[in-house]
Amino acid sequence: MGLKSKSSDLRRRLRYARRGGGEKAIEKQKAIGKLTARERIISLLDPKSFHEYDLFVEHAGKDFDMDKKYLPGDGVITGTGMISGHPVCIYAQDFTVAGGSLGWMHAKKITKIMDHALKLKVPLIGINDSGGARIQEGVNSLAGYGEIFFRNTLASGVIPQISVILGPCAGGAVYSPALTDFVFTVNNITKMFITGPEVIKTVLGEEISMEDLGGARVHCETSGNAHFYAESEEECFSQIKQLVSFIPWNNVKKADRFPKKTPKTRQYKIDSVMPSDPKQPYDVRLLIKSVVDDSEFLEVQDLFAQNIVVGFARINGESVGIVANQPLVLAGVLDIDSSDKAARFIRFCDSFNIPLVTLVDLPGYLPGVDQEHSGVIRHGAKILYAYSEATVPKITLITRKAYGGGYIAMCSHHLRADFVFAWPTAEIAVMGPEGAANIIFRKEIFTAEDPDKVRKQKVNEYKEKFANPYVAAAYGYIDAVIEPEETRKMLIHALDISREKDITLPRKKHGIPPF
Amino acid sequence: MASKKEKKEEKIRFSTLIIDGTKYRTLLTDKFKNRSKFQEKDPGMIKAFIPGTIVKVRARKGKRVKEGDLLMVLEAMKMRNVVASPVDGVIRKVHVKVLDIVSKNQLMIEIDHEENS
Repeated sequence: MGLKSKSSDLRRRLRYARRGGGEKAIEKQKAIGKLTARERIISLLDPKSFHEYDLFVEHAGKDFDMDKKYLPGDGVITGTGMISGHPVCIYAQDFTVAGGSLGWMHAKKITKIMDHALKLKVPLIGINDSGGARIQEGVNSLAGYGEIFFRNTLASGVIPQISVILGPCAGGAVYSPALTDFVFTVNNITKMFITGPEVIKTVLGEEISMEDLGGARVHCETSGNAHFYAESEEECFSQIKQLVSFIPWNNVKKADRFPKKTPKTRQYKIDSVMPSDPKQPYDVRLLIKSVVDDSEFLEVQDLFAQNIVVGFARINGESVGIVANQPLVLAGVLDIDSSDKAARFIRFCDSFNIPLVTLVDLPGYLPGVDQEHSGVIRHGAKILYAYSEATVPKITLITRKAYGGGYIAMCSHHLRADFVFAWPTAEIAVMGPEGAANIIFRKEIFTAEDPDKVRKQKVNEYKEKFANPYVAAAYGYIDAVIEPEETRKMLIHALDISREKDITLPRKKHGIPPF
Repeated sequence: MASKKEKKEEKIRFSTLIIDGTKYRTLLTDKFKNRSKFQEKDPGMIKAFIPGTIVKVRARKGKRVKEGDLLMVLEAMKMRNVVASPVDGVIRKVHVKVLDIVSKNQLMIEIDHEENS
C-alpha cells in the first residue's frame, strides 16, 4: 500500500470513529436540546484550534459480550485547544456512545489528558454527560473514577479546573466536578445527584423529578454545588469564555492584563447607589460596577448565599477577585453558606495570584438556633482561615457597618490586609449602637423613670462616640479615611504598589482548614 | 439602566431583620424563611432516625414498656435497625404498621413516659 492509499485508509478510519454513536443516538441527543460532544468542544474552543487525541482507543470490556462491540473513542473525546488564545486541555463525554458510560479505557483517556494538563500547566475543562459507571466493566469502572478524583485533587490549586455538566452526572461521577474549581450548569440539561429519583422512590417512598432533585437551579440556588447557571449551552460556553479571560493558565502565572477602561459612571454612580442610613439596604453589585473597569463584573455563585457577593472584575486592567457583603439580602450578614461561598472563592484567588478586594458592610454573623446547631462556628471559621492564609494583595474598604466578629472576618488588618480604607460613613465597632448601649448603660436605662428616653439618649451618645471610622483609625486599624469618590483611585494605587508583594507562610505540609 | 434598577428596588417589599437590637431593612432568603425552628426533644416521641421500611412492630397501644424493650424493627439501607424504648412508660399511640415506609424524623410511636417508675 502506498502513502496515498494509507492516507485514504486513515481518513476512512477517522470518519468511522468520529460518527460517535450514530445517527439515531445523535438525533435523540438533539431532540432534548443538547449538542453532541464534538459540537460542544468546537463551539467552546477558538475556531480550528481543537486537536483530538486517542480517537482510536478501544474499550477494554471482556464480559457480557462486550468484546464483540465497537464503541467509537470509548465514549469520550479528549484533546487540546485554545479559548481566546489561552491553551486548554479538554474532554467531553459522548452520551451517544454507550450512554457516555465510564469504562476503564474511557477513564484512561480522561486521566491521560488530565496528566497532560498538569504537566503542561494549562487549565482543564471537563464536559460531563454520562449515564455513570459502565456496569459491564465492574470494578474497573470504579477504579477509573478513583483515578480521576485523585488527579482532580493533585491538580487543585495548580491549574484551574472547570466542570461543565451538560447531561446526567450521577452517583460517584459527581465527585469529579465537586473537586474542581467551577461547575457550570444549564437549565433542563444538567442533572446531578448521588442517588437518583428512582432509588429515592423505592427506598424512601418520596417522589421527586430529576430537575427538582438535581437540576441546574437546585445546585446553583440551594445546594451551592454549582457556580454558574445558564438557560442554554451557548450561554454556558460564553460564561466559560468570560471566566477564562479573568484567570491565569496556572498558579505561577498572573491573569492577562487588559487595556484600562473607566467605569460606566453615567449608569453607576457611587453617590446614587449608597444610602447613608446604615439600616437601609442597597445593591452592592451597583457599587462594584461603579468602581471597576467598564463596569464589567462576572459574579460567581450569584444565586447561592446572596448575602455575600463574590466574583471577578478588572481594576486598571488587572484582574481582581471581589468579595462584598450584600446589604440587600439578610442585611449582608455572614452565615454558614456565605462563609463557605466566600472562603472557597478567596482560596481560588489566592492559589491563582488574583488580588482580593473586599467591600465591607455587615452587621455581624446571623443569629439563630438553626445556624448554631448546623455549625456556624466551624463554617464561619472558613472565611477567617481563607483570608488569613491568603498571601495575594489584600485590599479592604469599609463603606458603612463593620461590627463585631464580622469586622474581623472581612479581611481586617488583623488578618493581614495590606490596606484597609474606610469611608467617613464607616462604623467600626464591637456591635451596633442599639445593642452596645443596652449593655453598657443597662443600669442607667433600667433604673430610669423613662427607660425608652434614656435608652435613646444613650444610643445617640454611643453613636456619636463610636459609630465612625476614627476610633479604629486612631489605633491604626484603618490606614486611610477616604471620600467615596476617591475609591477607584485608591484601589488602583494600592494594587499598583502591591504588585511585588512577596510573603511566605510558616513551612508546613498543609494547613487544616475547618472543612 | 442603573436608575431604572434602583426604581425597581424601591418597589421591593423589604422585611426587617433584627441583629443586636438594630432593625435592618432587607430581603430574606427562602432558606432563611424555611429554617427549622427549635423544638425541645421529648424522649417519649419516637421518630425515625433514618428513612426506611417498618418490618416488625412489637409496640401496642396501652402496653407498658421498660427502657431497652424492643418497639419495632426499621429496615433502612439493607440494615435491620432495632428501635428500642428509650424510656420506661406506657405506649400512648402507634402511628405505623408493618411495611409502612417512613421518612426521616417521622413520628412513629408516642410513649407516656414515667420518671422514676
